[in-house]
Amino acid sequence: MSVAKHKFRVGRRGLILVGGAGLLVLALPPARALTRPSLQEAVNGFTGGTPVETGKVKLDVPPLVENGNAVGVTVTVESPMTAGDHVRRIALFNEKNPQADVAVFTLGSRAGRARIATRIRLATSQTLIAVAELSDGSYWSSSANVIVTLAACIEDLS
Amino acid sequence: MSRTLVSVPKTARAGEVIDIRAMIAHPMETGYRMGPNGQAIPRKIIRHFACDYDGEEVFSAEFHPAMSANPFVAFSTVATKTGTLTFRWTDDDGKVETASAEIAVS
Repeated sequence: MSVAKHKFRVGRRGLILVGGAGLLVLALPPARALTRPSLQEAVNGFTGGTPVETGKVKLDVPPLVENGNAVGVTVTVESPMTAGDHVRRIALFNEKNPQADVAVFTLGSRAGRARIATRIRLATSQTLIAVAELSDGSYWSSSANVIVTLAACIEDLS
Repeated sequence: MSRTLVSVPKTARAGEVIDIRAMIAHPMETGYRMGPNGQAIPRKIIRHFACDYDGEEVFSAEFHPAMSANPFVAFSTVATKTGTLTFRWTDDDGKVETASAEIAVS
């Protein structure tokens, strides 16, 4: 009798474990994340799998944004900008907008200074990353967290 | 014809790094918004921007829907000789808007 009771208990525990695991699986892949590449995948798509180092790039963005429809962003890269050592491209990626890409800027040695500024949209509070491709083929990055109080992209016209 | 706004210094010394700012009036419709009738508003954005200095491309950019309406870009270039800077914006339909500015280099 006691043996049977023991067995029953184990079975119930097992069931709870299975149920818990099931819930975890359900919670893991949010449906929206499947429709866009992750931040890491987007960066890999830009670099072609080359490892990205942190540094050299300075990403200036306000930490708290009231209106996500126009967020001023400045990217500066430490580079002498000579024919032999310059920044080829600067790319901006976001973490939670419907699309991971924001923009890709092509500079070259004629730019004189590796700095660009622009205005972007942010759908929600998230991480931004700026990746710079140097003329020697290396990639450098910098990221920043932004808190957005009024989101872009999702408002309807009515 | 969209309204464009470019800022280029009128004069510069040879070899000087000049700051350039360019903006175009454009809604940059993302394609993710709903109209009043409940239908999605089709995407219409500026896809490509380029700046030529005397025929040579010195700067270009690929835009995605995450660029804000009336896309604005600030960048720099080295003043080499007196000439014209031409700015080109290409939208989803392949329509090109242009603007230009003269610079005198001494």
